[in-house]
Amino acid sequence: MHALIPLPVILPLLCAAVLAAVNQLAPRWATDAMGLACALAVLVLCAVLAAHASHRLVYWFGGFHVRHGVAVGIAFSVDRIGAGMATLVALMVSAALLYSVRYFDEVGSLFGALMLVFLAGMVGFCLTGDLFDLFVFFEVMSVAGYALVGYKIEEAGPLQGAINFAITNSVGSFAMLTGIALLYGRTGALNMAQIGAALATHPADGLVTVALLLIMVGLLVKAAIVPWHFWLADAHAVAPVPACVLFSGVMVELALYGLARVYWSVLSASLAAHTADLRAVLIALGLLTALIGAVMCCAQRHIKRLLAFSTISHSGMFLVGLGLLTPAGLAASGEYVIEHAMLKGALFMAAGILLHRFRTVDEHELRGRGRGGDPGLRVAAAVFVLGGLGLAALPPLGVFFGKSALDGALTPVPGYGWVVGVLVVGSALSAGAILRVAGRVFGGWGERVPRHHEVLSAVSELPETLSPHDRTPAVMVAPPLILLIGGLVVGLFSGLRAAIAAAAAQMADRASYVAAVLGGHAHAIPAPHTPVVTLDFLLAAATVLGAVALAVWALAAPAVWWPLERVQGVATAGIVVLRRLHSGCVNDYIAWLVAGLAVAGAALALA
Amino acid sequence: MSALAYGTAGWLFLVGLYGIVTSRNLIHMVICLTVVQSSTYVLLLSIGYRSGAAAPVFADIPPGSRAVDPIVQALTLTDVVVEATVVALMLALAVQAHKRFGTLDPNELTPLRG
Repeated sequence: MHALIPLPVILPLLCAAVLAAVNQLAPRWATDAMGLACALAVLVLCAVLAAHASHRLVYWFGGFHVRHGVAVGIAFSVDRIGAGMATLVALMVSAALLYSVRYFDEVGSLFGALMLVFLAGMVGFCLTGDLFDLFVFFEVMSVAGYALVGYKIEEAGPLQGAINFAITNSVGSFAMLTGIALLYGRTGALNMAQIGAALATHPADGLVTVALLLIMVGLLVKAAIVPWHFWLADAHAVAPVPACVLFSGVMVELALYGLARVYWSVLSASLAAHTADLRAVLIALGLLTALIGAVMCCAQRHIKRLLAFSTISHSGMFLVGLGLLTPAGLAASGEYVIEHAMLKGALFMAAGILLHRFRTVDEHELRGRGRGGDPGLRVAAAVFVLGGLGLAALPPLGVFFGKSALDGALTPVPGYGWVVGVLVVGSALSAGAILRVAGRVFGGWGERVPRHHEVLSAVSELPETLSPHDRTPAVMVAPPLILLIGGLVVGLFSGLRAAIAAAAAQMADRASYVAAVLGGHAHAIPAPHTPVVTLDFLLAAATVLGAVALAVWALAAPAVWWPLERVQGVATAGIVVLRRLHSGCVNDYIAWLVAGLAVAGAALALA
Repeated sequence: MSALAYGTAGWLFLVGLYGIVTSRNLIHMVICLTVVQSSTYVLLLSIGYRSGAAAPVFADIPPGSRAVDPIVQALTLTDVVVEATVVALMLALAVQAHKRFGTLDPNELTPLRG
């Protein structure tokens, strides 16, 4: 069993090296099959690890061991949340690789090699128990991500998207490394359990707070939290669809996982006195992100960019759950992440079907072109309608159980009950935008707005296939269908929900983490239990009705009752200003990054 | 000594960020990124520095003598490898931008806006 632990990282790296070596030599089907087989093997390995991780699995590389309670060497410490996230990552990579078999017209296996390196980085990030390794795996997945965005390097959009992504995320990861260096300077340790044990004896001082700030900002840049989110929409608009599936479905969420890991395994004991302040900062950032992402989502006409802003909005909601700093909040976010990953993956793949067929993902140019037709378009239509409703938490499908767990985690924390109302608004706005796309593209409803509209953005779309196709290959139809069905029904399995709650309790239990890695005994803390209550159904109904009403209103464009005209005018002006801030200019993004760092630092310092 | 080293690390971080924010040239921007990263080298090495200690090569010094922390040196080396990867990729993007579009100004590429 123990020998299996490093395999999910080693195997994809080896396969990627082979694929890169035989690029152009081996036939396309062979390299595709090898990449897919490797991803599926990692999926099985991670699932086995997740099933056995009810007691933490600790693997020491190179035969190093703990001596007298001091960790020497590098360890993987696998718990259920880590192995579970790794399983989700492997599942999404497998689906994306299957989808990309027929997606690209040109040959070559470098895309598969990059995807496998990306997979190895993400799985390593989930499993490692070493803070510096956390940074190294973070960089491995980042660099693979930059290359994936810039895969179509001969075009201007992907170049600009990759540059914005790479510069912004690199600055974030250097901030994170600085924070890690400060913690090493304080404790002389890199093993997370060891640092946690060393810090637990004293309350956090200025140095630890600065380290927390730098690590947090580094991870939140990757998690696309406002005001560090600008790169995400640029990268998604131009990245190949199979890469978008992974960026939106798992990469962004992994950064939040990293934050939870660092908080619970390393800092929770020394920050115990400041929990309320940190909670206020994280929830404020999450809510701001949920709302700005949702508003920007409604203001898009480029479907991939629209979905990217929906991801930003949802990332904010995950941060709200995580930011509660309770096991119940962690469990809610974990559940929500699984449901969202599958639905968002399916939506991006459906957008890819449109791009493959019509060489455009402009909502207005596609008006009515998705009507009728063959299975490919019908699946795409189903994904947009059901995916939109699923993201609006239509009971009992889609994100309903994750959302109700989040509501249930928020209500017991004093002073944060009102947050559920904001989440309803955010979800309704972004889901309404997706339903609007469904109505316009597949129903032919609504008017066709010319380009360069002041509210709706017009990014030039970048065809990823050489010419339009008149049919969609079956391997491009099956993955979105499977992910859609999976995403809609996964929440219904009460066994999975119980497992996630137990996993969250395990992750939040710092004492037993230290005991498992360094030796010793600790009592496990009980799993949170948040039953679904009537309020959850009411909130979900409000979200779904709001989303549908918004979509109908956007498509029907009724004459506005005169007192509302003023409100509409102000709202439009606000959206125009917000859109101008998303300037596409990397200089501005770094300026926002620094400003956000300063404001978050001031908030933590004053608290 | 240590105040100077930590001050240098902080200054490199900030001056590199200033360079990135004001840069209008991709090559210049990538070099500014390496300046930001250099601050992490200085920081790591100064954390492991012990005054009057030898290099951590125990082949030719007696066991038990003072040596600087070898771990931060390994970390710095890893950091250098990471930087080499990122910089190589970014410079490849810059070369491509110049070759295809005749510009190194990141804002002259097709704008992704709004």
